Amino acid sequence: MGLPAVVVTHGAVRLFPSADHPAGARPEERPVGRYVARRLLLTIPVLIGASFLIFAMVYALPGDPIRALAGDRPLPASVQAALTAEFNLDDPLLVQYAKYVGGLLQGDFGTDFRGRPVLDTISQRLPVTVTLTAVAIFFEILIGITAGVLAGLRRGSFFDNLVLVSTTLVVSIPVLVLGFVSQYVLGVRLGWFPVAGITQGLYSYLLPGFILAATSLAYVTRLTRTSLADSLRADYVRTARAKGLAPRTVVVRHTLRNSLIPVVTFIGADIGGLLGGAIITEAVFNIPGLGRAVFDAVSQQEGAVVVGIITLMVFFFIFFNLVVDVLYAVLDPRIRYE
Amino acid sequence: MTPSTSGAHPAGTPADSGTTSRTDAAARATATPDTGVPVLEVEDLRVEFRTRGPVVNAVNGVSYSIAPGETMAILGESGCGKSVSAQAIMGILDTPPAVISGAIRFEGRDMLAMGAEDQRKIRGPGVSMIFQDALSALNPVYSVGYQIGEMFRAHRGTSKKEARERAVELMDRVRIPAARQRVDDYPHQFSGGMRQRVMIAMALALDPKVLIADEPTTALDVTVQAQVMDLLKDLQRDTGMGLILITHDLGVVNEVADRVSVMYAGKVVETGTTDDVFTRPAHPYTRGLMSSIPLLEDKGHRLNPIVGAPPSLAAIPPGCSFHLRCPMARRGADGRPDCAADVPPLREVVVGRRSACHYSEELLHG
Ligand SMILES: Nc1ncnc2c1ncn2[C@@H]1O[C@H](COP(=O)(O)OP(=O)(O)OP(=O)(O)O)[C@@H](O)[C@H]1O
Ligand code: SF4
Ligand SMILES: [Mg+2]
Repeated sequence: MGLPAVVVTHGAVRLFPSADHPAGARPEERPVGRYVARRLLLTIPVLIGASFLIFAMVYALPGDPIRALAGDRPLPASVQAALTAEFNLDDPLLVQYAKYVGGLLQGDFGTDFRGRPVLDTISQRLPVTVTLTAVAIFFEILIGITAGVLAGLRRGSFFDNLVLVSTTLVVSIPVLVLGFVSQYVLGVRLGWFPVAGITQGLYSYLLPGFILAATSLAYVTRLTRTSLADSLRADYVRTARAKGLAPRTVVVRHTLRNSLIPVVTFIGADIGGLLGGAIITEAVFNIPGLGRAVFDAVSQQEGAVVVGIITLMVFFFIFFNLVVDVLYAVLDPRIRYE
Repeated sequence: MTPSTSGAHPAGTPADSGTTSRTDAAARATATPDTGVPVLEVEDLRVEFRTRGPVVNAVNGVSYSIAPGETMAILGESGCGKSVSAQAIMGILDTPPAVISGAIRFEGRDMLAMGAEDQRKIRGPGVSMIFQDALSALNPVYSVGYQIGEMFRAHRGTSKKEARERAVELMDRVRIPAARQRVDDYPHQFSGGMRQRVMIAMALALDPKVLIADEPTTALDVTVQAQVMDLLKDLQRDTGMGLILITHDLGVVNEVADRVSVMYAGKVVETGTTDDVFTRPAHPYTRGLMSSIPLLEDKGHRLNPIVGAPPSLAAIPPGCSFHLRCPMARRGADGRPDCAADVPPLREVVVGRRSACHYSEELLHG
């Protein structure tokens, strides 16, 4: 999850009752604007650090990308020299990186060795990955929360045990295996879902989206279940019943509302993580998204593509963590921006 | 003065300070209209918990009644079933694991025999409850105004806006300073004493006939305790509600309660007027409780607390449940009762006083 940028004041309030303000005064305002601005500024050094690390790793890859590009036929020495010069391949690491960042600041993500701007690749493939991620999040919310709530309300029931067993199973199987097996069984053997590609529109995203979501889905289910079970035992639920509220009000307003706070924040933070997970899922199901692009670029040593896309993913990751931290404080009034 | 205590000692609420303004007798006289007709009657209430392991017999045949305007205190050591009996009346125990029997009559109708929906409608306007720890008893994610207003919305279908207005009035009534500015604040933004006032406002929203206060001041510091107790008594005088006060604090009981029920191991072992019970206990356990408080005149004398610990409610001793700790316990001889075998019934030992001890008379007259 994100950096510990929010501070839970709940415990502190009891220790230091001075948090209670004098009669009539409003509680301290929560300067969300300044907080967001500060967090956004902090992402700049993180992005620079991350992109440099990736850049250095690509730089350290063995082999000569120009030769790899040419395949078996050797390139004429003059062409090779021209390409090497164009992509600054003979410069030391730091110089190469400085030139790259210089370009970035002007909105130039560079080009791959075929001369195609990296930005074009990104803008073409981003919608595919966004769709895939959206499908995955949809599954997390729909299946994860529903199953978690049902299990949490009926602890010890058959359904609850089913949930415990199946989530344990899902978590313990590597995504790659899960992907290949489901692709083979549901796609190749049963023919229920397309085996690969996105030619059948949204329908082609269902199986890969589910596989992408699988691990988080299991986690969301467990988290919802535990959190709901905790809330059900809470004193304020007892109070709600003592107030003579209708049973539905007690469950929805005084139990679910509280217990979904950690779930919502987990799902928010998970969006960034899913983008990374898309690299494997898109490779397995041959989905032409950002993940697949990174996968290909690594094998072809297309440094500019790898660095560009991964940096973008890091940015998304940080961004959604920020969204989550703000959201958290909106959902739980005890949290304060700091 | 720290900000927190200034919140708890607002200027302009003089009635908030000091508990010693009225004498005990005067307070009791005004608080008891003595209409006689009980509003709530509990008869042979039993609660057991059937979980894994042995059955826990938390309440074993408790009977009492409460009249309008009357204050009854329930006293007893920790774990003797005081809270469970209150929760059974409120209908907030989970069944299972709890199994409840007996009768709880509110205005003559047995709540245990009526449907869940009818029972629910009594909670709030009929019987209401405040809890010990207001911080955990209030929902942290809703404003106090919302939580108070919810009473009107749930029971009277009041609009959101109107409910908020009502919440402000109630917060004023329980003397929360600057109620209108604070109605949208959250529970964690209040001091302990103010939070307990929010609980009280919520419980009193619909003018209940009976209020059960389960250790309402235990979590507060001493000065604030007195203010909250004073507030409760004032509100009771205004509304004429019956008050069931569960507490460990003998001082508070002596000051505010008309009658006392002393509980031991899930049973009422003695009941009577506060004065009688305090001055001449008819049960050895009550006497033990009384002598475990240091009296001013007794300064320097050794305290005489009850030896041993209360029994586990999963393994209550046979006979008198107090016999293992009772200084007066005896084996029966000459046809007299055996404390270790014969269960002492709760019986009238002098007019207006009931005690569950075979040898109450000896204690009273000997
Ligand atoms: N839900 C439950 N399941 C099982 N046992 C319970 C449950 N609730 C209470 N008990 C048991 O019932 C007994 C009586 O508890 P209760 O809370 O009524 O005591 P109390 O008299 O209020 O004590 P205190 O003064 O400490 O508040 C305790 O032994 C407790 O362990
Ligand atoms: S019945 Fe016996 S053991 Fe019980 S309180 Fe009386 S004297 Fe003590
Ligand atoms: Mg209790």
